[in-house]
Amino acid sequence: MAATRIDCDIHPAVGGTRTTLLPYLDDHWKEQVVSRAIDGLDLTSYPPNMPLSGRADWRPKNGKPGSDLSMVQRGAFDQLGASHAICNVLYGAQAVYDPYMAAAFCKAINDWIATEWLARDKRLRASIVIPLQAPDLAIEEIERRAADHRFVSVLVMAQGESLLGRRHYWPVWQAAEKHRLPIAVHAGSQYRSAPSSVGWPSYRYEYYLAEAQAFQAQLLSLIYEGVFLKFPQLKVVLMESGVTWLPAFMWRANKTWRGVRVEVPWVDREPAAIMRDHIRLTTQPFDGPPDAAGVADIIDMIGSDRMFLFSSDYPHWQFDGDDAIPPHLPSAIVSRMCADNPLETFPRLSLAA
Amino acid sequence: MSEVIDRPMLEQEAPAKSRLKIIDCDIHPSLHARSDLNPFLSKRWQEHLKTYGDHLRTPYIGTTPYPRSSPLIARRDAWPPTGGPPGSDLDFMRKQHLDPLDIEFGMLQVLDMFIFSQQNLEFGAAIQRAVNEWQLAHWTSREPRLKAAILVGQDDAAAAVAEIERCAKIGQYLQINVSPRANEPLGRRRYWPIYARAEELGMPLGIHVGGYGGHAPTGGGWPSYYAEEHQSNAHSMAATLTSLVLEGVPEHFPRLKIVFIEGGFGWISSTMWRMDQHFERFRAEVPHLKRRPSEYVREHFWFTTQPIDEPDEARHLRSLIEWVGVDRLLFSSDYPHWDFDDPRFAFKTPLSEEERAKIFNSNARALYKL
Repeated sequence: MAATRIDCDIHPAVGGTRTTLLPYLDDHWKEQVVSRAIDGLDLTSYPPNMPLSGRADWRPKNGKPGSDLSMVQRGAFDQLGASHAICNVLYGAQAVYDPYMAAAFCKAINDWIATEWLARDKRLRASIVIPLQAPDLAIEEIERRAADHRFVSVLVMAQGESLLGRRHYWPVWQAAEKHRLPIAVHAGSQYRSAPSSVGWPSYRYEYYLAEAQAFQAQLLSLIYEGVFLKFPQLKVVLMESGVTWLPAFMWRANKTWRGVRVEVPWVDREPAAIMRDHIRLTTQPFDGPPDAAGVADIIDMIGSDRMFLFSSDYPHWQFDGDDAIPPHLPSAIVSRMCADNPLETFPRLSLAA
Repeated sequence: MSEVIDRPMLEQEAPAKSRLKIIDCDIHPSLHARSDLNPFLSKRWQEHLKTYGDHLRTPYIGTTPYPRSSPLIARRDAWPPTGGPPGSDLDFMRKQHLDPLDIEFGMLQVLDMFIFSQQNLEFGAAIQRAVNEWQLAHWTSREPRLKAAILVGQDDAAAAVAEIERCAKIGQYLQINVSPRANEPLGRRRYWPIYARAEELGMPLGIHVGGYGGHAPTGGGWPSYYAEEHQSNAHSMAATLTSLVLEGVPEHFPRLKIVFIEGGFGWISSTMWRMDQHFERFRAEVPHLKRRPSEYVREHFWFTTQPIDEPDEARHLRSLIEWVGVDRLLFSSDYPHWDFDDPRFAFKTPLSEEERAKIFNSNARALYKL
């Protein structure tokens, strides 16, 4: 077997609620989705036909990119060389308004991924999709999956109903911490409110760029609300966030904290130090400078070799060719991000059957 | 990590004769009281100001929902001995800031009265005119080092253009200011009449952080703390930069010059890399862009330096400056606010004479034709 290389972010696609998920819904929701034609919950963030949503050679003849297990196996494992991969399902359950419907769809997604993906390939793991719209139901879903160690993290979107540090979410983070599940914050929006502080963007391109700032806001929220003081074992993984914004963001956070920490006296050390301990980032996209010296600078500035997690973002089109590792990354980082860091970040990876 | 301790040479260590005169691109003058504007308002609007006041998309009529760490965001030592709020006393501003720091020119940035965010557009138009007149009457006519901006509420573009015409005839203003937190991202076409006029007049477009645009200060919702809200200003600037570039504002107005004020500059290089990284995949969505996004940034945008980033290692600030480009940077102090940058101490990394001259003086001199 090849060396351990854990791809922390791949995306199997749900075909539809009335098709893919139907067998996994209870009778009430089966009847509801059929009689009311509740379907087509692909997120506005990722229109399936958009180039970013699927690299040309990873698009099946029929169906959405990521919908065909054998194709995903060929791409993520054979072509890109992963030994294991974590499935993050981006279907619209997390954006549903009706909390009961959201919970039913999240449960169906998790049952589907367990039955049709995890059970068919021992190299696959998954994040638990949760209805964060209703924290009590989100906790129920975490508890339901907790005994299945093939679920290694909890998936939430970068742009939801409110910032993730807010206290009404704390019981969810408590459940995650208890079960050694990091919180995977993935790019994507519920479109409840404008994706950026300046309003609604015109373009998907513009929206995608604004995600980076939403991730930054989530980090500040988690830190200043005191989530990592309350849940010291909790780790948060930023998925598909981009990476190179991190250093200047850390410096500004430290500077701001030094100036206004009187407001948040429980935050007793520099935000950047808290980030290095609790925050991890997947490496696609990296959004790097064009030259090796620039990349080396960025790594030096971040000041940690433990924060990076290998990812391909398959089938999203982030790069061409067979190498998902961003150009110019120093070898010391590459060797840690493929195995050591993921194993440390997702402790349940070592537990799974 | 480097073995060499690259101790920075601070600006105050430079030989006295080489000390540059400073162009400070962000100074905040204040009203003593809102009634200072009465001489510039009609009876109706004087009454309106007194009776109804602002209508802003924020919960309180008299203060911010994110209380600052100090009153009026100000340095504790910036309260004039004669009374009034920080920034309201010209003599004290001279004594505390302009004279000792060798400020050759100072660009006024008025934040009072929330000109960019007034929901009642007619009131907004009256107020913007009053504030623009007040800048000349109380500041620039008394102190030639200080330079005014034409402040316009961007969400009524017709009224904004009318005010630009009025002020341009007077000829005392050096830039045209709008807010990054508008009703919509600033790249959208409703704002283009303002940009068209700025380009024709050869005046830079100034965009200072702040404003109440009606959206949460972050793309993830409303933060609880000032610490979060303060940093979100840089996020708004990044989103504004991408909006302007992606909508094709620099493509459409090739002579337009845009100044980002008080956003700092740490976030710019990664924003450019990210724009470029994803350009090819999204190109079909923005066919009006003829060049890579970063090329527009490097030609059309300038960035004031405060609040300057403070990495632990001086060499990291050095990299940041090189990535953005020393030609794009304009020194600013943000006087009299608490997060003021002192030109003598702000750059904790060695700069060459030429770089210092550009950042502290000649970039702004050329841009504003001083």
